[in-house]
Amino acid sequence: MKRSVVTSPSRIIRISAVLLIAFAVVAAVSALTGPAGIGIGRVLKGLAFGWREGSPALEPFEKTILVSVRLPRIIFAGIVGAALSTAGVVFQALLRNPLADPYILGVSGGSAVGAIMGIIIGVGCIPFGIPALAFLGAVLTVALVFMIGSRDGRLDSNTLLLAGVIVNAFFSAVIMFFISTGSNADLHNIAFWMMGDMSLADWDKIVLMIFLLAVGTGIVCCCARPLNLIVAGEETAMQLGVDVRKIKIVLFFAGSLVTAVAVSFTGIIGFVGLVIPHMMRMMLGTDHRLLLPASFLFGASFLVIADTVARAVFPGMELPVGVITALCGAPYFIYLLRTRSA
Amino acid sequence: MAMITIAGIDFRYKDIWALRDVSFDVRRGEFLGIIGPNGSGKSTLIRIVDGILAPEKGDIKINGEDIGGMRRRDLARLVAVVPQDSAMIFPFKAVEVVMMGRSPHLGMLRYEGDRDFEVVRRAMEMTDTLSLAERYMETLSGGERQRILIARALAQEPKVVLLDESTAFLDIRHQTAFFDLMKALNEEKGLTVVAATHDINLAAAYCNRIMLLRNGHIHSLGVPGDVITETNIRAVYETDVLVDDNPLNGLPRVTLMSANLSGRGSRSKAGAAPQL
Repeated sequence: MKRSVVTSPSRIIRISAVLLIAFAVVAAVSALTGPAGIGIGRVLKGLAFGWREGSPALEPFEKTILVSVRLPRIIFAGIVGAALSTAGVVFQALLRNPLADPYILGVSGGSAVGAIMGIIIGVGCIPFGIPALAFLGAVLTVALVFMIGSRDGRLDSNTLLLAGVIVNAFFSAVIMFFISTGSNADLHNIAFWMMGDMSLADWDKIVLMIFLLAVGTGIVCCCARPLNLIVAGEETAMQLGVDVRKIKIVLFFAGSLVTAVAVSFTGIIGFVGLVIPHMMRMMLGTDHRLLLPASFLFGASFLVIADTVARAVFPGMELPVGVITALCGAPYFIYLLRTRSA
Repeated sequence: MAMITIAGIDFRYKDIWALRDVSFDVRRGEFLGIIGPNGSGKSTLIRIVDGILAPEKGDIKINGEDIGGMRRRDLARLVAVVPQDSAMIFPFKAVEVVMMGRSPHLGMLRYEGDRDFEVVRRAMEMTDTLSLAERYMETLSGGERQRILIARALAQEPKVVLLDESTAFLDIRHQTAFFDLMKALNEEKGLTVVAATHDINLAAAYCNRIMLLRNGHIHSLGVPGDVITETNIRAVYETDVLVDDNPLNGLPRVTLMSANLSGRGSRSKAGAAPQL
């Protein structure tokens, strides 16, 4: 028996380091992509000599584009991709269902209703107005689904799943109602939000998101071993010493928090939270101590790539990033399913 | 001295009583079989001893400790379960599954150390599964998977192993191989084994004592020869059987006696009664 078959801390660090470098490369390429034509040579000069006016490096407006527009957007996309992928791993494991995604418990529908109400009332001008309403919608929905899905303080996975599906269906009807009665200007905003809008990135939001996500992902990562056991069966996990009831409550809340944060700031970006956990599991196995950090990092890169494509493919106009994630994600996923039968 | 002491257990699912006033001891190093028809409470009893279900009334002591207030982790270091089958939805390698048995010793965050690998290696050696270590669980046969699950139970280093219909999906060769292995571990390592099973003949062959459950009560409890009698089986299973002495070991042997099986039926041309 080779020890290397079992995940070791050094393997986790090795793979994480590779994925981190990959993210850095992706982020750099993304930062240099765009209509303003900022070349790598001048960025490096700027980093080396400082950003002075008249220096051989970037012009001040170019620096502004880089630091205040592109960089926050990259970080933003990275955070959201990481959050959705991590939440996807958690929900697939807790529900023991490879088709689960972060939205399966109704977070998407609830936050969409919140955001759409915000758009219609016109709170877009207040800082954090729409994210706050979307977050509220998400939190209320999760609370409702948990209430439906719990029996004497125990969360039953199948009931939760059904409750989530039903609540999402109900909210789709509400959303369709708003769409069919809304004004044209609102409709554009609503459509963008529903497919994921990255154009609202700024450093204030990033700081808030990082704080909230650190809490959520921190909790999740501490529960990696119990997650392995829960995947093997809830009763098995109990027999192997896991307080399943407590861990499930903690993880469902942490996963929902992470999802709600991501969704509130960007809208509903589909496919990331479904595909990335799968891809990582096919490549690296089911040990969540490796699967969680790997999905976190790879999800970040994936969404940065998707967002870069979304803003570069048609110069002068932007696609919702959710269009790209689904267009690239679905075929690749089918390819994986057909070629790898693990 | 008793390894497991069960005193006055009541348990019900909603308004259906599954166990009523069940009390018994399991001695240290004993191999106890639990038999009884479907719904008689075998699995419920196993799950109560493992603390998965909490009884409405009564006490369970294992190795002298009341399991009522015990943390799951501490209980998992005392008691291990070999289930019927373990369907893995996501891919796990055999050695990863055996290593799961170490988790009650490791907690949430600690990584496996030298001792954990040594315990797992020995558990896989004992169950003859070392060659399967790197295979994925879903590529293994039913018999191989059950051996992996025994190895996982052994990796917990428990004092008690509970078998919950562990051989239900195995063919006769693997059933006997499974029980041979459990018996060897029971005799050589002094492991206390409690086996809930439908197979009365297997129970008779391997268990020191047998408990016959009927509608949540203990109908009888004792050595196989005293419990497995035509009267008892007929009363509890409500079916006719022939019980005679197994010529190999003198233990009771049960033969089913429905019209077809006893040779009076049209299909049984060979004449002799097939044995289960």
